[in-house]
Formats: sequence, C-alpha cells, structure tokens
Amino acid sequence: MRALTWHGKHDVRVDSVPDPEIVNPRDAIIRITSTAICGSDLHLYDGYIPSMKAGDILGHEFMGEVVETGSGSTLRKGQRVVVPFTISCGSCFHCSKHQYSACDNGLPADNQDIAQAAYGQPMAGLFGYSHMTGGYAGGQAEYVRVPFSDVGPIVIPDGVEDDKVLFLSDILPTGWQAAEYAQIEPGDTVAVWGCGPVGLFAVQSAFLMGAERVIAIDHFPHRLELAKRFGAETINFEETKTYEALLEMTGGIGPDACIDAVGLEAHGFFADNVWDQIKVSTFTGTDRTHSIRQAILACRKGGRVSMPAVYGGFVDKFPLGAFMEKGLTLKTGQTHVQHYLPGLLNAIMEGKIDTTFLISHRMPLEQAAEGYRMFHDKQNEVTKVVLKPGMDLSQAA
Amino acid sequence: MGTDLTDIQHRDAPVTTSKDSDRAAAAAEEIRAPKGDSLVGKTVTINRPRQELYDYWRALAQLPEFMENVERVEPMGGNRYRWTVKAPAGRTVEWVAAVTEDRPGAVIAWTSEEDADVANSGRVEFRDAPGGRGTWVTATLLYDPPAGIVGKVIAKLFQREPAIQVRRDLRRFKQLMETGEVATGAWTQAQRAEEMN
Repeated sequence: MRALTWHGKHDVRVDSVPDPEIVNPRDAIIRITSTAICGSDLHLYDGYIPSMKAGDILGHEFMGEVVETGSGSTLRKGQRVVVPFTISCGSCFHCSKHQYSACDNGLPADNQDIAQAAYGQPMAGLFGYSHMTGGYAGGQAEYVRVPFSDVGPIVIPDGVEDDKVLFLSDILPTGWQAAEYAQIEPGDTVAVWGCGPVGLFAVQSAFLMGAERVIAIDHFPHRLELAKRFGAETINFEETKTYEALLEMTGGIGPDACIDAVGLEAHGFFADNVWDQIKVSTFTGTDRTHSIRQAILACRKGGRVSMPAVYGGFVDKFPLGAFMEKGLTLKTGQTHVQHYLPGLLNAIMEGKIDTTFLISHRMPLEQAAEGYRMFHDKQNEVTKVVLKPGMDLSQAA
Repeated sequence: MGTDLTDIQHRDAPVTTSKDSDRAAAAAEEIRAPKGDSLVGKTVTINRPRQELYDYWRALAQLPEFMENVERVEPMGGNRYRWTVKAPAGRTVEWVAAVTEDRPGAVIAWTSEEDADVANSGRVEFRDAPGGRGTWVTATLLYDPPAGIVGKVIAKLFQREPAIQVRRDLRRFKQLMETGEVATGAWTQAQRAEEMN
C-alpha cells in the first residue's frame, strides 16, 4: 500500500510499504477514506518528538471502512468507522474509569520502558506518533491495523459524509474535553490561547457549556476571524499586550477560566520564549511555554486553567508562586476520546456542532508531503488539510 | 506502658526497593533453598481475580506466551520442570527447577537444581489488591548473572537482562490476562514473528 512515512526533520514521503494484517484477535483492518494532518504532527515534522525511526507511518486522525476483522473484533466488514487516536484496551482499571488515554495496556511492553522513564508511568498507545507511544503505524495511508477494535472505533450511520465526523478522531473531543476541564459556570468569561483546530473547538464547546463570553487569542488574522464567527471576542497578540488586554476586558478580574491550546511550539518574540528556544536547541529544556505562563498570570484568583496543549518534557520559569497564591486549578491530559464519542456524534447528527468549516484543503494521499509543507508554512490560510487516499487530482480543493 | 517508637522497624517498603547492598540476602530469607545473589523484584496490579492468575501461571508450560525470552518449560514429573531460555547471541541456556512452594491462589516458588546454566530461585505471589482493583502480582527473582558482571552487561545489551525481562514479562502477563492478547506495534505477521525472536 501507499503511506506517508517520516524520514527526518522536514522530510516526509509517500512510500510503498507492506499492507497491514490482522496480528491480534481484537484487531480490525480499515481502508482509509479520510485522514487529516494534525497540528501535533507538525511537532514530529519539526523534529521535536524523540524516538522516531525512519520509515514510521504518521497519522492519528482518520476514518474509513472495515475490510477485515479478527476473531475478537465486534466490527463487521463494510461498516464505516472513525478511529480514536488513543489506543486503549477497555478492560484495565483506567479504561473502566473512562480514563482511556491512561490505559495500562495500549503500549507494547517493551515501549513502556521509555514512557515509564520519562513520565513515571506508561501511557496509552497512540497511532503514528513515535515509538515512545507504541510505534503503531498511523493512518495517513491506504490501510491501517486498528488494535482493540471492539473498544475504540465508533460506527458512523450511513449517509453522514466523512468531513462531518472525521474530527471525532482527535481534535473535536480534545477541544470539548478542554472546555469541560475549564469547569465553566454560568456568567463565566473563558480565554482561549491558540485558534488552531483544538482552540476553535474549545471556543465552540465553551459556548455550548454556558460560557457568557469567550476571548480568543492568536496572531493569525484568519484564525481569529473563525473564532469571531462563533461569537468569540479576539485578541491579536502581535498588536496587543495580552495580559493587560485580558484584565481590561474583564474589569480587572481576569478570565474565570483559561485554556492553553498552543503547547510546546508557542510562537512569538517574547523574552521567555527566546530563552526557551535557546534551551531547546541546547537540550537543557524541551518545551517552549509562553502561553501557559501567561494563562496562569492572567487567570482570576481561584480560577481554572485547562491545558489541552501537548507538552512533552521539562520547563523552567513555571509561575508556581502565582499558581499557588491565587489558588488555581490546573486540569490537563491527553484526550479520553472514547469517553466522548457517543455524545459528540449525537451533537453532530443534531446539528449542534459543525466542524466542516475548519477544512481548508482536501488533497489525495499522494500529495501528503506537500500538505505537510503547506500546513507548516502557511498557518494563516491552511487551517486543516484532509487527505483522501482514493481522490484523483482533479477533485483537489 | 507505651510503645517505644524507636523500636518500631520501618520496613513497610519491599526489600527489593531497599538501598541496602545486602538486600539480596534479605530477600533470600523469604525463599526456600535460595540460589543466586542478584535480586530483581516487581509488582503489577492486574484487574482479574487472583485464582485465575495463579491458575494461568501454575500451568508453567504456557509461560512462554508472555515470557518472551523463555522458549519452553517442560514438565519432567513430580514438581520438576526443564527450562529452556534464550540467551544473548542466539544461544540458549537450560536448567531444571523444582517447585518448592505451591499455595493455590497465593504463591508459587521455585529453585534451580545443581549444574543449572544460570542458578536461580524465586517466587511469585498473588494478593488481593486493595479497593477491589484485582490482584497484586509480585515476582521476586534471585539469580547468578552468567559469567559475572561482564555477562550482565552483555545480557543488557541484548535486552535479555533479568531486570528488564521481569518488568516486561509482568506487563505482558497483565495484558494477556486483562485484554486476552499481548500488545504489539507490528502491523504484519512477519513483523510480529521477528519481534518474538
């Protein structure tokens, strides 16, 4: 089959690789019909994530048609499914508590060593996201092997087009969980750092959960415009002092809840950010963290900070004093995708949530490398690239 | 008469986590006819009843299902079993071990007989986990590293070091018992077969 493979920093290629097969009883093989490039794929593209190997197949936002099932799968051939990016067993202690991304068994035993050394305990497996997360082949391919297919994938009713449900795989539940973790109360003002897909879905979700106001922060005008369409007020941090603006826009109180949807590659020319970049390039620190510092500083006393943004390693200059003195609550984590799927699919079917606005580019899988380059270089216009393995070039838009 | 606090031994932590260089000797006290002076120990929580876990383990011949470095465990009659285990550089090592303690649903212990390629002894304990979370499985292994410290370094290079193996074998046992399969990132049968070698 054809698949998008990683070969090094800014070097991804569509190669011919072996077709996937049923390896374990609970597996299913999916023929991919739509697969997106995620903002977190850019962390791989930029070489920020360790334990990648040349030839690794990327992609963790995908859906398709079931073409083969193992003896323990509950799926049937021909069903259309969206697959969560987290690989979770469904039967361990954490899965039984619906903490799917903390699954004990999603990672192969050998790969658990790296995660255990880095984080103290191993996490769930992830598709197409380095060997620290299991070395699973991803879904930017014609076919993919889906482990624990009786637990993860959600079956999509006939007649619902891919573009409407594809983002159930990661970014929609991630934005939703971010808003849920902000514990929004009536009358709340919620500030969201980053208007990438997760930030935009967090804006949408925050309003659905009863936020009175949402303030969205970014520096890409087009992304701020999208946030505005959902009713958010906006701050362009290139033109505005964000902390000062947030306080002035909340009568000096600060936002009740702050959501950091930026993460480890925060942009912007800030003193701490430049310092972080020096540390990253000399391997004395790994994450660039301006947005979370600002969120903690701006947040009102006793407020909530929710951090869907991906961080991988260590930071310094974390404002622990502000965090403690103001009595903030921080809630974070990889998304428990499986927990949110039935509710969010319903919300889509009922027309309460529409995610199709996000897709700016549809391309054949063969053009995936170009898709990465565009997404990386033109973040203002390119909000989401969806790859369609079956698509012919004349349909690209 | 009050209790003299200074007399209380603060030893709730398992001996395998001790900083004492003599911890192997302390662990040996809990094993009948102990063999070996390197100590490895690990506990894993498995969301299944302890009798079920004990039963799977006690049928020793199926240990290779989750112990990737064990090729075969063959019953020789009575309480004796022949172990064939992968060693670095494509070699195998063998020994005969006797089950020295067997309490259904609770403990299995063993000790290798004389002239074992790798002298070893150990026990695996099954205890109810608190809060109804299934079973704590604790494996404790004493062994003599082949050819001393050099052998240990070489074994580690080839990932056949007992400390690494025990940790990974327990994870695989948990996966097999909780999910019915052993997790793998392989996406073809050929890749899976290569992993098992």
